[in-house]
Amino acid sequence: MTEQTSPVPPKAHAPSPLDIPARTAAQQPPKSTPRPSAPPQPSSSPPSAPQPSAPQPSAQQPSAPQPSAQAAAAPARVTGAQALVLAMERVGVEVVFGIPGGAVLPAYDPLLDSKQIRHILVRHEQGAGHAATGYAQATGRTGVCMATSGPGATNLVTPLSDAYMDSVPVVAITGQVSTSLIGTDGFQEADISGITYPITKHNFLVTKPEDIARTIGEAFHLAGTGRPGPVLVDIAKDAMQATTDFTWPVAFDLPGYHPVTRPHSRQVREAAKMMAEAKRPVLYVGGGVIKAEASAELLQLAELTGAPVVTTLMARGAFPDSHTLNLGMPGMHGTVAAVGALQKADLIVALGARFDDRVTGRLDSFAPDALVVHADIDPAEISKNRRADVPIVGDCREVITELTAAVAADRQHGRKGDYAQWWVQLDHLRQRYPLGYDQADDGSLAPQYVIERIGQLVGPDGVYLAGVGQHQMWAAQFIGYEKPRTWINSGGAGTMGFAVPAAMGAKVGLPDAQVWAIDGDGCFQMTNQELATCAIEGIAVKIAIINNGNLGMVRQWQTLFYNERYSNTNLGDKKTEAKGTRIPDFVKLAEAYGCIGLRCERPEDVDAVIEQAMAINDQPVVIDFIVHKDAMVWPMVAAGTSNDAISYARGIAPQWEEDAQ
Amino acid sequence: MSDQHTLSVLVENKPGVLVRIAGLFSRRGFNIESLAVGPTEYAEISRMTIVVDCEEHPLEQVTKQLNKLINVLKIVELEPTQAVQRELILIKVRADLDSRSKVLETVALFRAHVVDVALDAVTVEATGSHDKLDALVKVLEPFGIKELVQSGTIAVGRGGRSITDRTLRPLERSA
Repeated sequence: MTEQTSPVPPKAHAPSPLDIPARTAAQQPPKSTPRPSAPPQPSSSPPSAPQPSAPQPSAQQPSAPQPSAQAAAAPARVTGAQALVLAMERVGVEVVFGIPGGAVLPAYDPLLDSKQIRHILVRHEQGAGHAATGYAQATGRTGVCMATSGPGATNLVTPLSDAYMDSVPVVAITGQVSTSLIGTDGFQEADISGITYPITKHNFLVTKPEDIARTIGEAFHLAGTGRPGPVLVDIAKDAMQATTDFTWPVAFDLPGYHPVTRPHSRQVREAAKMMAEAKRPVLYVGGGVIKAEASAELLQLAELTGAPVVTTLMARGAFPDSHTLNLGMPGMHGTVAAVGALQKADLIVALGARFDDRVTGRLDSFAPDALVVHADIDPAEISKNRRADVPIVGDCREVITELTAAVAADRQHGRKGDYAQWWVQLDHLRQRYPLGYDQADDGSLAPQYVIERIGQLVGPDGVYLAGVGQHQMWAAQFIGYEKPRTWINSGGAGTMGFAVPAAMGAKVGLPDAQVWAIDGDGCFQMTNQELATCAIEGIAVKIAIINNGNLGMVRQWQTLFYNERYSNTNLGDKKTEAKGTRIPDFVKLAEAYGCIGLRCERPEDVDAVIEQAMAINDQPVVIDFIVHKDAMVWPMVAAGTSNDAISYARGIAPQWEEDAQ
Repeated sequence: MSDQHTLSVLVENKPGVLVRIAGLFSRRGFNIESLAVGPTEYAEISRMTIVVDCEEHPLEQVTKQLNKLINVLKIVELEPTQAVQRELILIKVRADLDSRSKVLETVALFRAHVVDVALDAVTVEATGSHDKLDALVKVLEPFGIKELVQSGTIAVGRGGRSITDRTLRPLERSA
């Protein structure tokens, strides 16, 4: 059973039959309609010099397709490494997060000369990966990280997996040992393409210099189009050192890649019809709406139909929290109204959402009476977990636009849904079971209060990030999000340590925004080395550590499900705490990293310290909020149980039947 | 048997494609019953015939997941009645002077043939459907099977149409 039954087909310089239909990069926009924050289009201007230097003025703007006649410009003789940097410039890269090392050294040499690309030297490759993700989530552009072979590359595994789960466009470029060493267990050799098969949208191992430019073009195209995702390009050192011809644009060789963006209009009309007939519909909005830049269209659809909206953890901000149609977040820690709306719905219109287990609870009891319209750009998501009655494959923005038009047409013919009775139920639920929390009895800080005040003082123009755990859920619950791309977190993978490096990336992408990482003390200790990067590079992020001295979410589960047996969740040390010191002291740590370190332990100081942090814009700020450790995240649907069994607070279940009256 | 499905998968002939496909099957919890990979009439395209044992719904999911692989060009499920399915088997059967003629008789019955003869054994080659080869093995077992090797199923749809046609039609093949 041999896989390579014939030689690898020739690539760019000897077009195989498969090359013929391949469109050039410039002719193939990432989506059928250009959008402001779509991944930048490659510029088709020919290289002016072999050295990557000239900034590409048009590179950051999606440009109209260029006539491919320009492609016929004489190729420049360059090294593979120069071709790599030139290609990255052509696709519009403005920042790379990375760390050099033996195998990737050749790439770092021409990078030094690039006037367009800023390289940010991180302290750990995981930081580079999450920074690229934060950059991409904040801007909509593809994030780039770079690492050397072996351990450098394997340190990217976690952020790649994270970006894969949350469909984030990221391109990772890794150096690989020279071709002659591949497969010999050479120094710092790791089969990173093999390792990352299951956690990348696609990956490449490049061993020939002439393949580098085309592969970079393909990688950015794959990462940013269709359902976005991470793409890894592993380049052998000798391929970067050898010389080759550089031409641009490049002809893609991707015969198996044809993402469908235009929805089937009959399916859309069917969905509109179901919305008109439904009595209890819900628009179940997922992260795909943000990826598709479809918030404005969603607002139109929601307001036209008057249907309630729930926004998943990945979709917070896709629809304004202040809007009366927004019931909040569904799922394990969602609002009673959002969870209840899905459970009691007779129609769920899923838009760029994937029926994740944290949303559905026990699948076989999820929304038992609901018909499902499921729109997603990835056909494999449709009917994966919950069978769809009306599947719609397409880009969310196009789907929502067409659906709105179809609903409007129906209404002109007098066909429209009446959800008045439904709203009576839902209004009752949200009035009776609003999100809330208790202040601590002993005068110590409630973590929810800290987060709520940050949200109120910084406001809806701030960009908020979180790690994973209790603080993440509270940040999702108690900050009001009004705009897309203002809430960035690790949803699918649940990667602790995400916040600091991702905030760094977000701030690089949006230098004028107030970027606040809400982090836990557990998460913070996983990746805080990037504070050094932030301080040195002048990346003025704010890090609010919600410090309860514990792995809070795990502790909450131990409280609820393990008889309060706190196995290995206490991060503190009683002996040192009795003496008034903590390990580590986050204020001193911040200062050691060249950041401003602040501490807050009393509710009455919260506003002042937040305002103090907001006033500092030339340095990263770390605030150590010492909060009480017994706060819990409510509401909660225990893992593996039905959403019907949601607890509003400990021991308090909503009374659906009575409430439904 | 009723839950067996035969997928013909056209893939780019590139390194790592087999690993991507096999990895996808194992990660998503599908058992590959048989797998055969080989060249097609186009040098840059390989064809995999994958026999998988699963129900309709999970099959649809695995097909969609396969389609997401960038190197996968096309997937067709071949209905058993609408396709010719063949496997190749090589069986080394114990056959001394006493039993050899009986072995040869059996072999002839199945239109199989002997491809190697030794003093104490013969090697039999046969092609056919899975059921036919099973039957052959069963009747040869009493003689003593010393070694057996079997290929995965390969399959092609009946009739004049070709699954590569549609895939490659827009490509305007030059050779």
